[in-house]
Amino acid sequence: MNGVELRNVTKAYAGLTVMENINLEIADGDFLVLLGPSGCGKSTLLNMIAGLEPVTGGSIDINGRDVTELEPDARDIAMVFQSYALYPTMSVRKNIGFGLKMAGMPKSEIEERVNEVAELLQITPLLDRKPSQLSGGQQQRVAIGRALVREPAVFLFDEPLSNLDAKLRADMRIELKRLHERLGRTIVYVTHDQIEAMTLATKVVVLDRGSIQQADTPETVYRRPANRFVASFVGAPTMNFVDGTLVRDCDQVFFDTGNGKLPLVHVPAAANDLIGRPMTLGARPEHLMFDDVGISARVVLAEPTGPDQYVRLAVAGGEMTARCGPEQAFEPGSDINIVVDGARMSLFDQQNGQALL
Amino acid sequence: MRYNRWALYGLLCLAAIMIMAPVFIMISTSLKSMDEIRNGSIFTLPADPSFAAWSKAWLGDCTQTLGKKCGGLSSSFMTSVQIVIPALFLSVGLGAVTGYSLAVWKMKGANVMFAALLVGMFIPPQVTLYPLIIMIRELGIFGSIPGLILVHVIWGVAFTTMMFRNFFKTVPQDLLKAARIDGAGFWALFWHVMLPLSLPILGVAMILQFTYIWNDFLLGLTFGGRSGQPMTVALNNLVGSQFGEKEYNVDMAATMLTALPTLAVYLLSGRLFVRGIAAGAVKG
Repeated sequence: MNGVELRNVTKAYAGLTVMENINLEIADGDFLVLLGPSGCGKSTLLNMIAGLEPVTGGSIDINGRDVTELEPDARDIAMVFQSYALYPTMSVRKNIGFGLKMAGMPKSEIEERVNEVAELLQITPLLDRKPSQLSGGQQQRVAIGRALVREPAVFLFDEPLSNLDAKLRADMRIELKRLHERLGRTIVYVTHDQIEAMTLATKVVVLDRGSIQQADTPETVYRRPANRFVASFVGAPTMNFVDGTLVRDCDQVFFDTGNGKLPLVHVPAAANDLIGRPMTLGARPEHLMFDDVGISARVVLAEPTGPDQYVRLAVAGGEMTARCGPEQAFEPGSDINIVVDGARMSLFDQQNGQALL
Repeated sequence: MRYNRWALYGLLCLAAIMIMAPVFIMISTSLKSMDEIRNGSIFTLPADPSFAAWSKAWLGDCTQTLGKKCGGLSSSFMTSVQIVIPALFLSVGLGAVTGYSLAVWKMKGANVMFAALLVGMFIPPQVTLYPLIIMIRELGIFGSIPGLILVHVIWGVAFTTMMFRNFFKTVPQDLLKAARIDGAGFWALFWHVMLPLSLPILGVAMILQFTYIWNDFLLGLTFGGRSGQPMTVALNNLVGSQFGEKEYNVDMAATMLTALPTLAVYLLSGRLFVRGIAAGAVKG
């Protein structure tokens, strides 16, 4: 198949296994984001795809060809680094053309392709400058240009936007997405920024401690997290977690924390099997709804963010965060009533953290 | 505040005078005639400055030769140039390549090699003199310019390797990864990426190696033989082995002539030198 396929990839350093049996299929044209906290193994995985780090076991296919034993330059990939990694002593033109020169391409053809890429990225006026004379955003474009010019089967991005300031990061994000739509090439993109993952990816792979926690579309990862780790890592402010039991009382389903009963509305039929079992309820701030029939909650703090407002509530013996519009004013110490949207909430096993619903 | 400033300048001036005084006396004496030296103080300025002593030191005095040569330093100057140029480029070039391979390529035993080089740097040359003599003799180049060049290269490589290795260790990993993805192999990475990066260090290594080799006396005396006698050895012979009256003006002029090339290199490359040292200080 086209794209990238990892089969039983294992990585060990001096006998210490850091990744075991990673299996992953990246379809041709996918924008796959490897998401996870620092040290989760996402960069190691990317380096193994690039061939910069050898695999300890398993195999990697790129465009249907086993590249496990091949050097990086023979793998038909290109990579963009967080630090840009431009050659400081070369002009932008030479930076972009260096890979082609190493591949033995004739000068005239290199010139042509460099100009084309420069045109595409709007960096033509910068071609004769040195990297040190460029701003961070411009260096980033050159780094992308150096990858584009090789026309590889797969682009690898290692946290490419992390060194940019917030405004520029948002602009480059949009540009990367456009670029992907325009070129339709396979991209593997490493980040710890969930906004980048949600906005860019066609498929998100959430990693933790060297293993894949969930691999799915960004929507599914957000709406139906496979386990508690994914649920807590994705989404800001983070999901509310409450331990308790699902109970039914007079045709109404509640989540009993021992200190109070949270009423659940629109509970799916599948939840019926879970009644009476101890578990963890996961409810995102937007899953808490203000409703007069709900449980009484005391306002602790309100945080307006502009478009939204996050309200910290003391409820059922714990604290939860709810999200609402900016219009309503919340006085700390006042009481309101809330219910939980049972259609969108998650339920997790208390022992292994796996999603039950 | 102001008082401190004056104290600082005073101290600096004192240091400058102490360092410059001998140089001044040498130049002043070299421009005097022997009569003036005999009768006057060494601190007085030459009454009638003349370059006669310089010309005698450079060309020799062919009217009163003891041997076949006229005794000037000009021929040994050329010998020194013939020794320094190849020894300089070989030791710095080799050091750059070995330092690069030690720093960037994970070879087996690289750390052991580097430790051995470090130890090599701290062994005084006198200790290895005899084994080196045997080695060079066995190669059949003892007492010749090529033999002396080889010894200088052997001695220089440990130092230059360390300099380049420490510099290349500071090159970011991402840059090396980028070059690997671009398909640059051992030599391409060295030539296109690493060597251009190392220009300041290259400059410092060149200056230091030039100074060491040019100023060397022991190795030149031991390995040069008659045909490979560098300027320092010739200077020693000139100053130390004359009969009759000591020609202080000629001795001073000869010493200045011998020191001039290193002085010129420092003055011409001073800024580059300081920049390289500073770069090393910040990064190393």
